[in-house]
Amino acid sequence: MKYVALVYYREQTINDMTEQQWHDLNQECIRCVENLADKGKFLAGQALQPVDSATTLRVRDGEVLMSDGPFAETKEQLAGFYLLEARDLNEALQLASHIPPARLGSVEVRPVRDLPPKD
Amino acid sequence: MDALDLETVYRQHSRQVLATLIRLLGEFDLAEEALQDAFAAAAQQWPDQGAPDNPLAWLIRCGQNRGIDQIRRRQTVRFHADELARAADVSDTPDLAESSLQDDQLRLIFTCCHPALATESQLALTLREVCGLTTEQVARALLQKPTTLAQKIVRAKRKIREAGIPYEVPDDKLLAERLGAVLHVIYLMFNEGYARTEGEGLIDASLTAEAIRLAELLATLLPDGDVSGLIALMRLQDARKEARVDEDGELVTLEDQDRTLWNREEIHVGKAWLMRALGQAPAGAYTLQAAIAAAHADAPSFEETDWHDIAGLYDLLYQRSPTPVVALNRAVAVAMLEGPDAGVALLEGQSSHKAIQNYHLFHAALADLHRRSGRREQARVAYERALSLASQAQEKRFLEKQLARLAQSDGRKR
Repeated sequence: MKYVALVYYREQTINDMTEQQWHDLNQECIRCVENLADKGKFLAGQALQPVDSATTLRVRDGEVLMSDGPFAETKEQLAGFYLLEARDLNEALQLASHIPPARLGSVEVRPVRDLPPKD
Repeated sequence: MDALDLETVYRQHSRQVLATLIRLLGEFDLAEEALQDAFAAAAQQWPDQGAPDNPLAWLIRCGQNRGIDQIRRRQTVRFHADELARAADVSDTPDLAESSLQDDQLRLIFTCCHPALATESQLALTLREVCGLTTEQVARALLQKPTTLAQKIVRAKRKIREAGIPYEVPDDKLLAERLGAVLHVIYLMFNEGYARTEGEGLIDASLTAEAIRLAELLATLLPDGDVSGLIALMRLQDARKEARVDEDGELVTLEDQDRTLWNREEIHVGKAWLMRALGQAPAGAYTLQAAIAAAHADAPSFEETDWHDIAGLYDLLYQRSPTPVVALNRAVAVAMLEGPDAGVALLEGQSSHKAIQNYHLFHAALADLHRRSGRREQARVAYERALSLASQAQEKRFLEKQLARLAQSDGRKR
């Protein structure tokens, strides 16, 4: 099965880090991805720029409405995602527990949904 | 075979048949339907043809066939192919060896208590699927509306299916942690019944009995020190239930309980489980709590309790799980051993914890120790604080009574 692991943390936590701590965290994330890829578990993934770079859009009556910022203000912010291949939820959770920012914030694990066959 | 016998077979085997059918058919709802179909078929055939030699195997095979028929009849092409493939995989020779059937029961328990499900869903699902209570019975037991509870169960089963929660006994690496979740659900079930304060009175015997029954089943499937320890703890607590409330349905503290009402036979059973748990060292939290309960059970009176032993056990327990509640109980034991002031000192050392500040029993214990030391004003303040935090009616009445008693003795002094 495929699972998405959504990584959340308070951006403030990151802003409060020293340059060295931030560097170490990034290196740790690189190793985590390599590890998952070696085991054939990493399908895709990316870290994201901070939420103040986000633009949220809605289409209403054919008109594109845009707003500056994330879709909702939350305590922790979406910081990146992994698309993982796992046998079942147990394996997905076990893999996700090795994502380094899980120690700082939260990782939400969700199974992907296949769209129905094309008509 | 008459109807009564079939009822006995249902009580004895239905959970086991269900557990195996979930493995064979790969889906909770389908397996439940197949289980009902199998028993309906048995009700029809057994009276004429006689009961089969192995009713369990008959019911599993019959249920499996009905389940596969059901999958074939399903209209949705989308699911059809892989479900049939999965069911067909095992359709010829279902594995009915004793050990596989036992594993199925464990699979069912571990799946219902999977930590990816909310604790209250784990509890509801376990009562429904593992204990075999109807949705209405579970709702009544958990004081919820049947519709709310039914939704909770539907949602939990959907999550099991969609999120890919596997139907398996966790491997050795995860077993200890996951067993902890299962024991937590069982103890929650027990306490839900034991501490019952609404509805049909203070103690709901059916929930406590289900919890004990489930833990004893778990002990036969998975011998483990913590499982034995939990059974010992529940048995020893259950043995005191007659003494725990008075004729008016009011709480009676351990100190004031009529110890002749304690069920000696059940204490004996509890202590036997405790011995077994202690033989499977190291002693876990449940085992230590059971040992404390056993020390109380052995004491002829509150005053003659072996407080030295109990304080030592609380020390061990606190090392293992340093929670405010354990600290509180430890302080009470130390107070009995060294005098109320020693207890007050320990409690005040804990009072910086936010969680304990809002815990009514902390203030009630502090009040009690102040009272014993003759500091009435401090006792009164602490009792009132406890009263403002308590939520259960019986506990409130108990604290009000303590306050009234304090005021009375105050009056006498003046």
